[in-house]
Amino acid sequence: MERPDAELIAAALQGDAASFEPLVQKYSPRVFATARRYARRESEVEDIVQEVWLKAFHKLASFRGDAPFEHWLMRLAVRTCYDFLRGHQRNRESSFTDLTEPESDWLERFVAAPESASEAADAAKQLVARLLEQMSPAGRLIITLLEIEDRSVKEIAELTGWSVPLVKVRAFRARAEMKKLLARLARDKYL
Amino acid sequence: MNLNSLRDKLLAAARANPPSDQVPYAFEKRILARRREQPVPDLGALWTRMLWRAAAPCVAITLTIVAWSFVGGSATTVPTETGEVVEFSHDFEQTMLAVVDEQAEEFW
Repeated sequence: MERPDAELIAAALQGDAASFEPLVQKYSPRVFATARRYARRESEVEDIVQEVWLKAFHKLASFRGDAPFEHWLMRLAVRTCYDFLRGHQRNRESSFTDLTEPESDWLERFVAAPESASEAADAAKQLVARLLEQMSPAGRLIITLLEIEDRSVKEIAELTGWSVPLVKVRAFRARAEMKKLLARLARDKYL
Repeated sequence: MNLNSLRDKLLAAARANPPSDQVPYAFEKRILARRREQPVPDLGALWTRMLWRAAAPCVAITLTIVAWSFVGGSATTVPTETGEVVEFSHDFEQTMLAVVDEQAEEFW
């Protein structure tokens, strides 16, 4: 029978490190899925998830238990991903001139007839990843949480630790940043 | 090109392709091994290191005060209105040791 999270956490806090293992097993899929939204290389994803779990273990005493463990862990995961983005922002590419052939084809199909360009295509997936990679860390985080994961402003504020007005301001800026990047994509491709 | 429509299309593509939640084999074992490798903070050692670091400034302050009381002794003497000469280093020492002196007097 599966032991409840609270029991496992209490045992881990009393020094039984093995009690932490079922928690890692249970929640790692969610943490991996979150990390894969912000890092492309699998080695980077594993580093992020490892950091999340090590932080979780060290900060376990600060988990009060008034909200589910999963929420607390996801807050840690999102903040660790944000730190990762900030630490790697120099690696951002600066232009759309090196699009692959399928990406160019997809864009041309979209220009000719927007409804014919399928969003399920791999090229569309690559293009959106390329676009997000060029955004600022805060912009990318906000667009991912708000537009892709469909979370509310309040949820984002809880996950990131930012205030609700700050989330709104950053969302406004992120949308403007995205629009600017799309304009550059159009210019690089067609001028 | 309609940028708003392109944005909506690309965001829909991102929503349609959620990232995989696959976990590498025995990942939890790796996490526990990494946790065991991390050194446990030894509070005694931290305290000792802090004391050693504090020792150097303390010795420096002591030597400065000693040097000041010997070399600059004449500069710290001030004649009072009654004509008595007050030496600051002497007063400082008396103040610092006042409690010990009082206890010694009570004891004897």
